[in-house]
Amino acid sequence: MAEEFVKPRRVLDVSALPDVTFASRSITWWGTLGMMVIEAGVFALALASYLYLHSRSATWPPGVLPPDLLWGTINTAIFVLSMIPTEWYRRRARQGDTSSVQIGLVLACIIGVATLLVRYKEMTHLNTDWTQSAYGSIVWLIMGLHITHLLTDWVESVVLTVLFFSPHIEGKRFVDAEENASYWYFVVITWIPIYFIIYWAPRWLRS
Amino acid sequence: MIALLSAVPGFRGPQTPLDPAGPQALHIEHTLFLIFWITSVVTVVVLTVLAFGVLRQHAKGEIPPPFEVDPQTERRATWIVGSAIGVTVILLFVMMISSFITSHRTAVLANSSALKINVYGHEWWWEIEYPNEEQPYRIVRTANEIHVPAGTIVDIHGTSRDVIHSFWAPNIHGKKDLLPGYWNDLTVEVDHPGTWRGQCAEFCGLQHAHMAFNIVAQSREDFNNWYNAQLKSASEPQTPQAIHGREVFLSHPCMMCHTIRGTTANSTVGPDLTHVASRSMIAAGTLVNNTGNLTGWIANAQSIKPGCRMPPNPMDANDLNDLVAYVESLR
Amino acid sequence: MSEQKAQLVLEVASRESSERRAENLTRVWAEPAGVWGWFKAVHHTTIGKRYIVTAFAFFLAAGLLAGAMRLQLAFPEAHIMSPDMYNQVFTMHGTVMMFLFAVPMMFEALSVYLVPLMVGTRNIAFPRLNAFSYYLFLFGGLTLFAFFFVNSGPDRGWFAYVPLSGPDYTPGKRADMWAQLITFTEVSALAVAVEVVVTVFKLRAPGMSLNRIPVFVWGQVVTAFMVIFAMPGVVIASTMLLLDRTASTQFYNPAVGGDVLLYQHLFWWFGHPEVYIIFIPGTAIVSTIIATFSRRHVFGYMALVLSLIATGFIAFGLWVHHMFATGIPQMSESFFTAASMMIAIPAGTQIFCWIATVATGKVVLRTPMLWVLGFFFVFILGGMTGIFVASVPVDLQVHDTYFVVAHFHYVLIGGAVFPMFGAFAYWFPKITGRMMSERLGVWSFWLFTIGFNITFFPMHILGLRGMPRRVYTYPAGAGWTVLNQIESCGYVLLFLGVLVFLVNVWRSLRTGPIASSNPWGAGGLEWAADSPPKPYNFLDLPTVNGREALWDAAPDQPIVAGLHEDVREMLTTRLMDAEPEGRDEFPEPTIWPFVAAVVTTALFIGSIFRPVAVSIGAIPLAIALIGWFWPTRQESARRRERDIWQKNS
Repeated sequence: MAEEFVKPRRVLDVSALPDVTFASRSITWWGTLGMMVIEAGVFALALASYLYLHSRSATWPPGVLPPDLLWGTINTAIFVLSMIPTEWYRRRARQGDTSSVQIGLVLACIIGVATLLVRYKEMTHLNTDWTQSAYGSIVWLIMGLHITHLLTDWVESVVLTVLFFSPHIEGKRFVDAEENASYWYFVVITWIPIYFIIYWAPRWLRS
Repeated sequence: MIALLSAVPGFRGPQTPLDPAGPQALHIEHTLFLIFWITSVVTVVVLTVLAFGVLRQHAKGEIPPPFEVDPQTERRATWIVGSAIGVTVILLFVMMISSFITSHRTAVLANSSALKINVYGHEWWWEIEYPNEEQPYRIVRTANEIHVPAGTIVDIHGTSRDVIHSFWAPNIHGKKDLLPGYWNDLTVEVDHPGTWRGQCAEFCGLQHAHMAFNIVAQSREDFNNWYNAQLKSASEPQTPQAIHGREVFLSHPCMMCHTIRGTTANSTVGPDLTHVASRSMIAAGTLVNNTGNLTGWIANAQSIKPGCRMPPNPMDANDLNDLVAYVESLR
Repeated sequence: MSEQKAQLVLEVASRESSERRAENLTRVWAEPAGVWGWFKAVHHTTIGKRYIVTAFAFFLAAGLLAGAMRLQLAFPEAHIMSPDMYNQVFTMHGTVMMFLFAVPMMFEALSVYLVPLMVGTRNIAFPRLNAFSYYLFLFGGLTLFAFFFVNSGPDRGWFAYVPLSGPDYTPGKRADMWAQLITFTEVSALAVAVEVVVTVFKLRAPGMSLNRIPVFVWGQVVTAFMVIFAMPGVVIASTMLLLDRTASTQFYNPAVGGDVLLYQHLFWWFGHPEVYIIFIPGTAIVSTIIATFSRRHVFGYMALVLSLIATGFIAFGLWVHHMFATGIPQMSESFFTAASMMIAIPAGTQIFCWIATVATGKVVLRTPMLWVLGFFFVFILGGMTGIFVASVPVDLQVHDTYFVVAHFHYVLIGGAVFPMFGAFAYWFPKITGRMMSERLGVWSFWLFTIGFNITFFPMHILGLRGMPRRVYTYPAGAGWTVLNQIESCGYVLLFLGVLVFLVNVWRSLRTGPIASSNPWGAGGLEWAADSPPKPYNFLDLPTVNGREALWDAAPDQPIVAGLHEDVREMLTTRLMDAEPEGRDEFPEPTIWPFVAAVVTTALFIGSIFRPVAVSIGAIPLAIALIGWFWPTRQESARRRERDIWQKNS
C-alpha cells in the first residue's frame, strides 16, 4: 500500500439524492415545459392572426357558412372527459404502479384514435377550403397545427405503451408517463381557445 | 461625429432631408438637429470619462491579483452612475416630447381644401393622378413627375398596384409606404417654386434602384397653365415624320401598354404618354428626356433598366426616328 | 437512507485514487472514435466547437458577399453585377449574417460551449437534441449556399416582405428556400434555447443561487427566453408565406381578404427582439471581460442583470418601430416611440456600470480588453443613432436609407462582432489550450476598428443625403460617389483585420504558448476546468461561494462527491438557491440525432417542391426519433437496480 494521502477535505455527498424525480425536480419536465411554451406561442400568434384578418375584412366569414358545430363539439367533449383517465394514470405513475399506468396508456392511445377520427369529420365540416380566402387559410392552418399535436402525442403514447409492456420498465418510464399526461393536458388546453375561435367566433363576429 | 458636423453645411440638394422645402421637412429637421446635438454631447462626455478611466491606472506587465474595491469608492461610483441614469432619463424625455410635437405639427395640416393627388406605385414607376370630383371624367394622368402649386396644402393619397413601394421626397416630408390593399395619406406643402427629387424607399424588386420621381413646385399661375395643358388630349402631329411616327406607335406593341388620349391607344400597363414630352425625365427618373435617350429607351429598354416591363422594340431606323419625333411632339 | 439530502462530510482522498477516477471518467465520457464516431458525438464542448467554426465560416462567406456589394457600389451606374445578382447577394449577406452567423454564433455556439462549464456541470441538458440542432443548422446553411450557387439564391431581402416574395411576384424556388432556411435555423435556435434554460435552471453547481449566476450566463438565459417567445412569430410568418407559395393559401393576398401588413407584424414581432438576441450575449461578454481585466467584481451586478431582463421585456414592445412608414395610427406611433426611447435606459445603465468598473479597477490592456474598448466606441455611436430612428418623424426621413444601414452595422458589429472577437481572444486558451499572439491580436484589432469606421461612418452622411437602401446602383449626378468609394476602401482594411485574426488563430493553434487552466486569473468556473477541458469537464464537480466562483472560493471550498462514475451521471439542483435535489443521467453518444437531422433536411427541402414530402418524410423521421429515445436493455436493467424514488411524490 504505497498510496500517498493528501489532507482530508470537505465534500458534499450527494449519493442519497433520488434519481427518479417528478415535475419541477425532473429535467425532462422542464424540457417539455419549454416545448409547450414555444408551441403555445405559435398557437397564440395563429389565433391573433385570425383576429387580425377578421379586423381587416368587411364580411366574416367571407361568403361561406361558419363551420358546423356538431363534430367539433363532440371532440371538445371527448377532450374534456379524457382528462379524467389521464389524471388517474398520471397520479398512479408517481406511485410506480405499473399495471395502472399500462391501462392508462392503452386508454390514451384509444382516446387518441377517437379524437383523430372525429377530427377527420370536423375537417369535412369546416365549410371552407384553404385556397378560397384568407379566412379559409387561417382556419385550416390553426386546425392543421392542432392535428399535428394530436398526431405527435398519439405516436408518443403508442411508443410509451410498447415500452411499458417491454422489459424496459424503470423509474424513468414512469417519469415519461407523467410527462405524456402533462403533454395531453397541453393539447386539450390549447384546444379550448381554438374551439371558440374556429367554431364560435364566426358566429359572434358575424358581419 | 466631427465629420458629420462639418458635413452638415454641404447638405444642399434636391434629395436630402437637410434642405427642407416645406414646413413638414423643416419641423423634422429641427427635431433631427436637437437629437443630433444632444447625442453628440453625450457621446463625447461618455467616451472622455471612459478614456480617463482606462488611462488613470492601468497595469503594465503581469496581471495583478483581483482586489476588493473600498466601500467609499463604490458608494461614490453608485452616486455617479445613479445620476448619470437620471440625466439619461431626462434627456430621453426631452427628445421624446420634441418628436411628439413634431409628429403633431406635421399631421395637423390636412384640410378639405387641400389639392388632392393620387399616387400609385408600380414596378418600377409612379402613376400620378389629379382627380376631379365635380367632373370625374376630367382627370389629369401622368407619370413620375408631380406638379404642385407652391404654398398650397397638398394631400398625397397613395396605394400600390403591385408590391409595396414607399413614397419619399426628403426635402418635402418623410416617407409613406404605398401598400396593396391600403390607402395612405401624406399631407405636404412646398414653400417656393423649384424641382425636388424623390425615390422609392421600400425594396420592390429588380429595378428598385431606378424608381425615382420629381416634384415640381410652381406658382399658382404656372401650375394652372400646366394643369389645363395636361387636361387636353394629345396634340395632332404636324410634320410628316410625326404623322408616320403615330402610325408606327399604333401599329407596334407600344399601344398594348400605353395610353395616348385622342388616339386608340388606351392601355394602362405603362405610363400615360399623352404629354410625355412635357416631362423632364423618362424611365422613372433614370434618363433625361432627350432625343438620344428616348431612341435608346424605345429600342432596347432592357439594356438600360434590365427587368422592366418595357420590351425591346426592334424596328428599322426610319420608323424609330419617326416614332421618336412623334413622341417628342406630345407636349 | 431516510434523508434524501446532500450532506457535507470530511473525506480523505488519495492522489492515486483521483488518478484512477480521472482515467475512468475519461473512458466513460470519451467521444466515440472513428469516422462514424464523429457523427455520434454529443459532448457540449465538441458540438460547441463545431458551432463556433461553422458560424464563423458563414461569417466569412457573408463578409465576402459584402465585398462584392462594395465593389458594385464603388462606381455609379456600374454593371459589375446584374441587378438580379446584386439582389441575391445583398439578400444572402443579410440572411446569412442574421440567421447563420449572428444568432448561431452569439447565442448557440457560445452558450453551448461555455454555459455548462460556467455553471459547473459535465454536459448541456439534452445533449442529443443539441447535436441534432447543430446538424440542422449546418445542413440548412449548406443547402442555402447550394441554391445560391445554382443561381437560385433568395433575392427578396432578409425580411422577404410580401407580396414581393409571394407567389405572384417571385416565381421559382428562391423565396421558398429562404422560408425553409428560416425553419432550419429557428428549430436549431429553439432547441438550444430550451437546453440553455434547463441547464441553467437545473444543473448549476451547488451554491450558485440566482444572485450568483455569472452575468454572461444571465445574458444567455435572457436571450434563450427571447428566442422562445420571439421565434414563433417568424415560424408563423414564414410558414404562411410558404403555404401561400406552395399550397395556394391566401394569407397575404389582399384580393381575397389577405393582408400584407400581417406579415410585417408577425415578422417584426420576431425581428425586433432578434436584434437584442444578437447583442445581449455581446453585452454579457463585455461584462465578463471587463471584470477580469479590471481585476474586480463587475460594478452593479444587480443593475446589470435587471437591465438585461428589462431589455428582454421592452424588446417585445418595439416591433412596430419598423413600420412607422406604413401609416399606423398616431396613438400607437407615440406608444412605440416611447418604448423605443425607453430601451435606452437599460442600455445606458449597463454602459455606466461598465465605465464605473473600469474607472475603479486596475485595467489590464490585453487583446480581449481592446476589443471591449472598441465595442464602447462603436456601440455607443450605434446607440445614439438608435435615438434618431426611435423618433417617428426623424425615422420617416432616415428609415430605409443608408443612415439606417450605418446605424444597425454600428449596433450589430459593435454589439456582437467586437465582443465576439474579444470572446475569441479571451476564451481561446480555454478552448484550445494555447495562447494567442498579442502582437497579431493588436494588429487585427486596429485594422478592423479603423476599417470598420471608414466603411460605415460615411453611410450616415449618405443616408442624410438621400441614398436609399437596397439599391444596386445610383445615378452619377447624385453626389454619392465619393463617399461610396471611401467606404469600399474601408472594406479592404476590415478584410485585412479579419485575415490577420485568421493567421493568428492558425499560428497559435500550432505554436502558441501552452495555456494554464486560468491564464487571465479570472473568476469564472470555466477557468477551474483544464485548458482544453477534459471530456468530463471537471474531475471534482465544484461548489460555489460567490459571483466570481474562483475569486470568492473559501479556502476549503467543498467539492461534490457521490455520483456514479461508471455512467454519465449529473447532479440537479433547485432553481432558486441551487440546493442539490436529485441525480439524473446524461445520454450516451449516438448516431440517431444525425440521422434525424438528415431526414428532417430531406423533408424540409422536399416540401419546397412537393408539399406531400412533409407527410412522407414524417415516417422515417418518426423512426429516427424512436431510435433516438429507445433505451438499451442493460441501461434499463442497471437503472432499475439503482433507482431511488423521490419521497413525498
